[in-house]
Amino acid sequence: MNVSKKEVEHVAALARLALSEEEKILYTDQFNVILEYIHRLNELNLENIDPMTHVQQLRNVLRKDIAKGSEKELVVRILEESPGKEKEKGFFSVPPVIEGFEMEE
Amino acid sequence: MSPEYEVVIGLEVHVELLTESKIFCSCPNRFGEAPNTNVCPVCLGLPGSLPVFNESVLELAVRASLALNCTVSSYSKFDRKNYFYPDLPKAYQVSQYDFPLAKEGFLDLLKDGRSIRKVRIERLHLEEDAGKLIHDQKESISYVDYNRCGVPLVEIVTAPDLRSPGEAHLFLDWLKKILLYTGVSDCKMEEGSLRCDANISLRPSGTETLGRKVEIKNMNSFRAVQKGLEYEVIRQKQILRAGGRVAMETRRWDEEKGVTAEMRGKEEAHDYRYFPEPDLPPLMLDENFLSRMKGELPELPEKRYLRFMESYGLSPYQAEIITSSKNLADFFEDTLLHYPHSQKVSNWLTGELFGLLKTSVKEIDDIPLTPLHLGELLKILDEGTLSSTLAKEVLEESFLSGKLPREIVQEKGLLQISGEKELLLIVEDVINNYPAAVKDYSDGNKKAVGFLVGQAMKQTRGQANPQVITELFKKRLGK
Amino acid sequence: MNLYEKTAYDAAMALEKKEVTSVELVESVLGRISEVEKNVKGFIHLIERETILEEAREIDRLRAKGQRSSILAGVPMALKDNMCTMGIPTTCASRILEDYRPPYNAHVTEKLQQAGTVLIGKANMDEFAMGSSTENSAFYPTHNPWDTNRVPGGSSGGSAALVAADEVFFSLGSDTGGSVRQPASLCGVVGLKPTYGLVSRYGLIAFASSLDQIGPLTKDVRDCAMVLEIIAGNDSRDSTSVPREKESYSSYLGRDIKGFKVAMPKEYFQEGIEEAVRESVMNAVVLCIKLGVEVEEVSMPHTSYALPCYYLVGTAEASSNLARYDGVQYGFRAPDQDNLIELYLKTRSQGFGSEVKRRIMLGTYALSSGYYDAYYLNSLKARTLIRQDFENVFQNYDLIITPTSPSPAFVRGERLDDPLTMYLSDIYTTTANLAGVPAISIPCGLADGLPVGLQIIGRPFDEGRMLQFCFALEKMLGFKGLKPKISADGVLKDVS
Ligand SMILES: [Mg+2]
Ligand SMILES: [Zn+2]
Repeated sequence: MNVSKKEVEHVAALARLALSEEEKILYTDQFNVILEYIHRLNELNLENIDPMTHVQQLRNVLRKDIAKGSEKELVVRILEESPGKEKEKGFFSVPPVIEGFEMEE
Repeated sequence: MSPEYEVVIGLEVHVELLTESKIFCSCPNRFGEAPNTNVCPVCLGLPGSLPVFNESVLELAVRASLALNCTVSSYSKFDRKNYFYPDLPKAYQVSQYDFPLAKEGFLDLLKDGRSIRKVRIERLHLEEDAGKLIHDQKESISYVDYNRCGVPLVEIVTAPDLRSPGEAHLFLDWLKKILLYTGVSDCKMEEGSLRCDANISLRPSGTETLGRKVEIKNMNSFRAVQKGLEYEVIRQKQILRAGGRVAMETRRWDEEKGVTAEMRGKEEAHDYRYFPEPDLPPLMLDENFLSRMKGELPELPEKRYLRFMESYGLSPYQAEIITSSKNLADFFEDTLLHYPHSQKVSNWLTGELFGLLKTSVKEIDDIPLTPLHLGELLKILDEGTLSSTLAKEVLEESFLSGKLPREIVQEKGLLQISGEKELLLIVEDVINNYPAAVKDYSDGNKKAVGFLVGQAMKQTRGQANPQVITELFKKRLGK
Repeated sequence: MNLYEKTAYDAAMALEKKEVTSVELVESVLGRISEVEKNVKGFIHLIERETILEEAREIDRLRAKGQRSSILAGVPMALKDNMCTMGIPTTCASRILEDYRPPYNAHVTEKLQQAGTVLIGKANMDEFAMGSSTENSAFYPTHNPWDTNRVPGGSSGGSAALVAADEVFFSLGSDTGGSVRQPASLCGVVGLKPTYGLVSRYGLIAFASSLDQIGPLTKDVRDCAMVLEIIAGNDSRDSTSVPREKESYSSYLGRDIKGFKVAMPKEYFQEGIEEAVRESVMNAVVLCIKLGVEVEEVSMPHTSYALPCYYLVGTAEASSNLARYDGVQYGFRAPDQDNLIELYLKTRSQGFGSEVKRRIMLGTYALSSGYYDAYYLNSLKARTLIRQDFENVFQNYDLIITPTSPSPAFVRGERLDDPLTMYLSDIYTTTANLAGVPAISIPCGLADGLPVGLQIIGRPFDEGRMLQFCFALEKMLGFKGLKPKISADGVLKDVS
């Protein structure tokens, strides 16, 4: 199975990465080499094998429903570190979300 | 003649659960606080933070599943749903994908005392809520408040079994009642603790294949759900009648304009790249746990509604309002323990008491008046020693102070005077004091007796039995 | 002997006997750092001298009053820069977190702090722990103290090099596919990847959540046991942390290993192994037999599928774990963005290095619709088979012995343009992460003057007996005491 440059572009869009033209070409080539290696998995008969979704046998790891007020100082520190504007109002902020913008995925 | 198109509706309902803390961290699960105050490294998705699942979330969600007749899965797991949006700090939402908590339930849609449809519930799964984005058009900036981030949700998905916008509304009424009865959620749509999206399509009557569906979002009340769907029925009919094809899309209900409009942006088709959440071990629920949870369920509103009609002879209308909340229905049944006449209790409950609740903007469980109070009052009424006008006053007094009716009646000396001996003295007194009215009566104006009775009532502060005293005046003054 | 040359245990004993103070230990390593760090480049961030000394003084004061929080109280150490340290930069060697100072401490940071150990600085690494050479650091590559033209391995290359160069007494690294063991092997130190769930991941900045484990890098096996004792244990903030009784790993040390049954899987001696490495490991096997250990060749038929499986599971999880770096709440935000989508694209494209982007892309691809079943789901199934290989072997054997890395330290730049060859550096180590079992690398000899590592893999939570085994073997191997002869001017002297 070959990966095309177009697919690389699609994946980059999904991952919110802007790639330069060179990167696209480089990644396409490298993808094909890596995937070819990965395809050795196809040698395995995996038909009746259960997927290993978790490493351990742990089940129902639960926490008591007890609310702790959040630490004000901690929140202030987090906000101070944040890169947006209007932190003093207690907000994180981002540039406008453009209505109608469609990312080509 | 049957209508040319059949309406097919399915709902997706998100319900916030009534827990103390969030789903994966100990931040308070509270609405309406200053922005970014109920947050911590976990719900802000800071690097290195990890989720730990809240046991109350599991219990409430299982309760909801059982109340909706679902099969609770013995094995379920969490998955990550990946997408970028500023209200989602980790850029993935922890949800459940291929192994949801519960599946294959139903809700019996009751109307006018009978089932009009069994609406299948396809699945119920757990997930975390996202934060809130506040757009500032002027400043061209969007602010983010993460307080809601990590609030526990269940998503309930119905099969496309609803056949009209009205049924959708009715479904939500019943769903809300069930969730309130079971204490799963407060279902306040205005605070976003219950949110509903709808899928709707039309198909020629008598056919079975599903038409092309439209998803509608942004409906902020049950009424809006109904109105949005009604609009959509008309819009789709017009397209179909003109020979067109309905576009598969997501539309937004515009409450002000009363229309649905095509929606763009983040709701476009996504590739969510679901995969099992490695930070959370799966859930395995055994029969013991489930039967204990089943045992703890209260009688559900549909059952109670039908039972109230059957056992107490209530009309569908009465049964519906009395079972509209669990506390009210409990109040009704508890009152019957003190005073076993269901019709009278129902009348007083839905009449006088509702009036008082309405004017004081209170719920049945936050007033000092108890079923004992109401039962006692009705007993006194039956004894014939209290007029119904006075009984209403006593009820109000009880409602405000929590004093027992007998106490109030005694304190204020409100017991009705029916004894002829006692009343005759009053009659004499009134006749002496109002000779003009007596003369009027004697001259043939029989209506003047009303004035005299009024005076007698006044003098006794309403305690005189009006029938008895009218008779006494007539006897004394001659017919 | 200089103080900085001591093992953590010897330093602790000297403190205990009041032969030295923590301040002196700190002075000694700071002196050593000022001599060699310019040629090693093992740190990303060094804590201010005065801050460190103040901490050491306080520990000395407490010790004088007879209060010491643990045997290692007062011993200087370093943390890999993907473990959160409150108020102290934690960058993951990435531009995207260049100025990030976490508001809280990782579980391991807390544990080491409570134990009274002294944090000297944050160790260099491959960006987000993605790499096998520490060349993927956004800041600068770390050099191997045995040959500064060569890589120290990765991704915990800084942590390994700092210990090898005696700049700290021990360090912590994280191991997702060999990132503790492979650099330990290349730098001639001991590196342990504990059983998945033994050490809390709370505050470890995730690369691949189902594979990541934190482990010690130390000068010898005893130190490894001591450090593990401090950091192991249940933590309610990590749902994958396993509730177990605390163990005293040190108590296993010195016990006889006669009668241990050890498996030698033939698949680990086939693909791409360098002859010198094979020889070194086989020498160790001969020593084992002399110690009365039964060694038998076995087959673990799915071994060669581990690396492809690892690259799917690891990158898929990474693509999701690294999605949060979007310039919204913390870390780097690209300048000049007019709208949200630009903010995302510019921040992530400028903030991540090329290996990180490559893996995010690969993981996104493996999870995307249409490819999920062929790639991701199949990798989870293959993972089941790889685990079964281990379960089968552990039915009959106590431990598994293999080389850690197919080759000793390679020359910097050599594999940078060839990701697949670079990935093959982890060919013997990813299996343990996929199966969730513990594995340790100890130095077993030199090949052309470069250290060779031996890997011992054990049953889940059998770290005690693994350490017991390694402790006995270490004595016989004669590697202990060998030091890279890195001098102040960075010129290497002959290995004695
Ligand atoms: Mg959902
Ligand atoms: Zn929180």
